[in-house]
Amino acid sequence: MTDQHLTAMHHSEVKVSVELETPEMTLNLGPQHPSTHGVLRLVAKVDGEVITEVDPVIGYMHRGYEKLAEVRTYPQITALVNRIDWVSGFANEIPFMVATERLLELEVPPRAQYIRLVLTEMARISSHLVFMSSFPLELGAATPLMHALRERERVLDLIEGVTGGRFHPNFNRVGGVKPAYGGGSSTKKMSQDLPAGFFDDTKAAMTKVEQVCDDMVNLVLGNEIFHQRTKGVGIIPKDKALEYGVSGPNLRASGVGFDLRQTGDYLPYADLDFEVPIGVNGDSYDRYWVRLEEIRQSARIVVQAIDGMPSGELQAKVPRIIKVPKGEIYVRAENPKGEMGYFVVSEGGRGPYRLKIRSASFSNLSVLPWLLPGHVIPDLIAILGSLDFVLGDVDR
Amino acid sequence: MTDLLSNFWVVLGLKVLIVALVVPAIALGFIFAELKISAHMQSRIGPYFAGGRWGWAQPLADGVKFLQKEDLIPRDADRPVFKAAPAMMLMSAFAVLVIIPFGPRVIVRDLDVGIFYAIAVSSFATIAVLMAGWSSANKYSLIGGLRAGAQLIAYELPLILAVVGVVIHAGTMSMGGIVAAQAEPLFHLGEVGIALPYILQGHIIGFGIFMVAALAELNRTPFDLPFAEQELVMGYLTEYSGLRFTMFFLAEYVGMFSMAAIASTLFLGGYYVPGVPTAMLDFIGPLVLLGKATLLVFVMIWLRWTFPRMRQDQLQVLAWKWLVPLGLINLLVIATFKVVF
Repeated sequence: MTDQHLTAMHHSEVKVSVELETPEMTLNLGPQHPSTHGVLRLVAKVDGEVITEVDPVIGYMHRGYEKLAEVRTYPQITALVNRIDWVSGFANEIPFMVATERLLELEVPPRAQYIRLVLTEMARISSHLVFMSSFPLELGAATPLMHALRERERVLDLIEGVTGGRFHPNFNRVGGVKPAYGGGSSTKKMSQDLPAGFFDDTKAAMTKVEQVCDDMVNLVLGNEIFHQRTKGVGIIPKDKALEYGVSGPNLRASGVGFDLRQTGDYLPYADLDFEVPIGVNGDSYDRYWVRLEEIRQSARIVVQAIDGMPSGELQAKVPRIIKVPKGEIYVRAENPKGEMGYFVVSEGGRGPYRLKIRSASFSNLSVLPWLLPGHVIPDLIAILGSLDFVLGDVDR
Repeated sequence: MTDLLSNFWVVLGLKVLIVALVVPAIALGFIFAELKISAHMQSRIGPYFAGGRWGWAQPLADGVKFLQKEDLIPRDADRPVFKAAPAMMLMSAFAVLVIIPFGPRVIVRDLDVGIFYAIAVSSFATIAVLMAGWSSANKYSLIGGLRAGAQLIAYELPLILAVVGVVIHAGTMSMGGIVAAQAEPLFHLGEVGIALPYILQGHIIGFGIFMVAALAELNRTPFDLPFAEQELVMGYLTEYSGLRFTMFFLAEYVGMFSMAAIASTLFLGGYYVPGVPTAMLDFIGPLVLLGKATLLVFVMIWLRWTFPRMRQDQLQVLAWKWLVPLGLINLLVIATFKVVF
């Protein structure tokens, strides 16, 4: 109590409300905490449960991929980059491969492009299904987790059938994709194509995926408590989202209709018909809704791409030892988490001279110190969950 | 022999022993039910190995596993309080069972202030939670403990308001008396007297308020803020391990059973079955009450695996802006009817 308060109490009949002084508490969330998706650490100053200041500490999972890439050859780097955002491993390979091919001025055969597109969208579906499961879990609902992950497993099985890996396909080759195995027949021609029954299995899986989206609408989006916990929580306005470099579904939830699949030419999206869902309020609810709709759109894209799959070669003619001519290029792509870009500087060797990775989660996380103060601890968890980041993508 | 059985202390001892043995078994059953039901809701199989068929021994196996764990006490913890908290929790959960009537004579003590005693004793659980949260010397535990305290203050009131409605109607606070009041024929159809449980006598709102408040008292989803695994790691349980954790865990399920049993007694007619002679009720009654309680526990489990968790402010809004006014109106209506008719 200040002196002013004391005098006020002495000299007047009016009741003076003196605010109870409470000390601030420093709450350390992470690096080991159930809701930080790995090893994110947040040092939060809390007044009661209200956050006054938050300081994200990152780097616990720094693996030095940019530096490692300097001592790897171009084909070897695919194995590195699909470990950046391990939830959607396949999608990470695409922009790097496109960058390499553009430096080499290679023309990728249309069939390889379509296979890439199908698998990228499958990676998007599997990544978003992880979000569908983990975000309600962070709000305390455990059941959506199992239902979403069950369908994700179908998609991962398909990816595994083509590439041989669930998370880290390592499937792209400079100039195309790796010939797939498991064709069912022993003839050479079959063994170089997609596995037998792939088209039918994929269509069946996409139906299941759309069903689980309907389930999520019933189980999660229709829930009153879910509405209360997410609507108006963690609003990122348009201008702030652009200011902080937020991208991907988080940006679209804020009402910015920016999707590199529409504007970019890294994969033949222009041939296909799909919509880009755009949110209105930019709150946690919109971020969930946008991703849910994106799953449906991705399923649509996959089915269309399979129906229109051209035949032909899987890989362009490339020399056995790939030497990339001198030059530099930046290629960006719409990854499940947001915009992912690779800046490749080549000095004419077998590997890049320098590789700069622009990862979506890093920029998306940078909004936290601005966004979190004023929210309470449960909202912090909800906001963290709704931003959908992967620590490997943050720290690289 | 008859002398021995008519001795007050011997009979009391026997009753306590039976309750102390049977109720943990029921709690283990509920734990198993929760494992299996949650599994089916999540398209999993659930436990299937321990014990052979259906994995029925999984709760026992878990218990034995917990016994083997290191009993960890944080260095900065307030040791006596830290150690006392789980015992207090278990005590409060078991002490409520004293007044639950399983049959006309199958009751440890039919206290005159039965339901009053039950509410008073079950509130000890929150003190135990506060003790656990405060003594753990952990910020997450502290937040969890204080959340539990705030939750108790908010939800004790609607709980009591719902109970008072029944007490006014029955004219007694004795649990046996409340069942007897519901067993009395409300009207006659020819020769047959029709008795209705209180839920069908206009206490449906009171029942709803009671169940919501009971969920909050038990810290079950959607009111599991004191645990809030995703926010507070495990809330006030963060620092507990081994046997002490098991005690909290068991207390939760015993608490679920006792709350469900109280709700069945107050609103669903308790052990009473129409048309069964009183002597038989001592044998059938326990099963009937268990059946009703199990139904309510199933609803609790169902809610837990369906709903997300509420936020602290929303929880308070629900209590003070909805449940308390609703409870007061409910009480007013019931009291008016009691006076007028």
